[in-house]
Amino acid sequence: MTETDKSKGSKEMQSAGKMREIMAGYYIDAKTAEQTGKKVAWITSGGPVEPLIAMDIIPVYPENHGAMIGASKMGADLCQKAEEMGYSGDLCSYARADIACSLVDGGPIGGLPKPDMLVCCNNICGTVMKWYEIQARYYNVPLFIFDTPFCHTEYADEAKKYVQRQVEEYVIFLEGVCKKRLDRDRMEEVGRLSVEAQRLWQAVLDTAMNRPSPMTCFDAFFHLALIVTLRGTQTAVDYYRSLLKEMEQRVADGIGAVPNEKYRLLWDNLPIWYRLRWLSEKFAAHDACLVADTYTSSWSMSLRYTKDEGSFLDSMGEGYARAYINIGVDEMIKIVLEMVDKYDVDGFVMHSNRSCKPYSLGQYDIQRAVQRERGIPSVIIESHMVDERSFSESQTETRIDAFMEMINQKG
Amino acid sequence: MITAGIDIGSITAKAAVLSNGRILGSKVAFTGYNAQQAGTDVFDDLLKELEMDASSIEKIVSTGYGRNSVTFADKAITEIICHGAGAYYLNSEVRSIIDVGGQDSKVLAINPNGTVKDFAMNDKCAAGTGRFLEVMARAMESNLDDFGILSLRSGTPSKISSICTVFAESEVISLIAKGESREDIIAGIHESVASRISSMARRVGVKEPVMMTGGVARNIGVVRALEKALGVSIEVSEFAQVNGAIGAAVMAVKL
Repeated sequence: MTETDKSKGSKEMQSAGKMREIMAGYYIDAKTAEQTGKKVAWITSGGPVEPLIAMDIIPVYPENHGAMIGASKMGADLCQKAEEMGYSGDLCSYARADIACSLVDGGPIGGLPKPDMLVCCNNICGTVMKWYEIQARYYNVPLFIFDTPFCHTEYADEAKKYVQRQVEEYVIFLEGVCKKRLDRDRMEEVGRLSVEAQRLWQAVLDTAMNRPSPMTCFDAFFHLALIVTLRGTQTAVDYYRSLLKEMEQRVADGIGAVPNEKYRLLWDNLPIWYRLRWLSEKFAAHDACLVADTYTSSWSMSLRYTKDEGSFLDSMGEGYARAYINIGVDEMIKIVLEMVDKYDVDGFVMHSNRSCKPYSLGQYDIQRAVQRERGIPSVIIESHMVDERSFSESQTETRIDAFMEMINQKG
Repeated sequence: MITAGIDIGSITAKAAVLSNGRILGSKVAFTGYNAQQAGTDVFDDLLKELEMDASSIEKIVSTGYGRNSVTFADKAITEIICHGAGAYYLNSEVRSIIDVGGQDSKVLAINPNGTVKDFAMNDKCAAGTGRFLEVMARAMESNLDDFGILSLRSGTPSKISSICTVFAESEVISLIAKGESREDIIAGIHESVASRISSMARRVGVKEPVMMTGGVARNIGVVRALEKALGVSIEVSEFAQVNGAIGAAVMAVKL
């Protein structure tokens, strides 16, 4: 993602090459699982992956695949195919792309490997339930739905008991499909590795507190892959440990991701996957660095609820239930304001993402709150995260230019 | 100091020349197919009218969607900032600006010092823009210049619910077939435009005094319908259509 502009010093992070290698290996393992006798589970991006890792099941993420489809600019065709199949154009473009992909084995890696089971956690939205039901019927495989009640402001006792009961049912489900028991010691080890990887990921994101920031949110979008897909593995821990070292070195050497960092901005919502380079260059040309974002930090947000006592299985429920887009707008506002202060931000860039209703609903309220509580300007740009038919470059450019001119005027 | 502003919009290209804080003149021409040519032509024509030479212009700022096509400009600044600067120049008390052009509409909140505090744009579709009114005037076989005045003749505007300009045209045709009066339909069209713009305006927040700029400000029907929808009185300058170019010339002074 940071291959642009080599003239301004070492832009490409060394870790990037390693990431590509790991992800390539990971997808190869997944696609050859049948031959190696391993089971493959499709799981939602906010789903509890640790038990899968502990059971030696390969987790595959249609949403991560969706991001790859978007980045390869293959989204519009696949979404159109889904519409031909009868799916509404208003639906999430991850869902549309994935459903079409299954039929035509499309996308940049020739389609995902057939799942042995599906794990759907609705802490990210309700669309996933229907999406995964469709895929369960299509592939004729068992589906586990992990239902995390919406947490407006708190994690009520009833919700806690309900979610904990499902953790137990989840283990029984996995043991049933795999025909073997969960090794509880291995489970604790995976839990420990998961928490450690999350701590390292948050530490990486925290390096952006420095002036200049050694990374932008576009770098974070790229380096996010492992904490999402392989959380709970030693691989993820090793990777983020070395990425953190690289970031800390950049800080020590005074290397900024944006050579002339004048303005620091916060990004909200998922990335526009097919326009990352354009966005990155556009903001850099305005001497603006997107130092943080609400999306990538979601995968270490459960650290707030991590308890050091008790087993991982007993305590993981709250972190999953209180995912960033499963909480009330008031709570989201608190988190956004925290980030504005923590990263010392001058402006707020909000992506109104047609594909993600839970993330985009309430954005105007959040915008207003940020304006009122911190007096910083914001801009809203619109698209479908993977379907480029909904993106208008000229209009988006005008909004970004006007926003930066506004910030500039403030001085 | 003598500066010029050039605003290349989707339908018209505008130029304005400012000398020591005074508007020397302005011009409007059709943009047509070639934005670069339109910018050059409208600028040259204005200079000719003012009997001035291009060398007497010290700084030029371009704005509008075609701002990057004006290769002889010293800087390109978005029309959000330029409309803010222009309206503030025309009336420094102004705190809200509603700019409705050929293909988009915007609402700006202005700080007491004239800088832009916040803005919203409706650039997703043509509903609520000059294009919408053009299409409707053609459907009603009305002259665009008279369209606004005709809308004031009705006290019972028809309801036009379609968001899409093209579908709204079909809706209007069916209203005509149903026998609704011409004035009622035209009034309904203007209400529809005002409704699109006013909901966006409320999102940004409307603070008086309010000024309307852009070509559509010349349509008295839209101005009145907006006043009714927002419950405020709206000021319209004679320079409304060239406000972007004036603002660009104002910004050129600061370069």
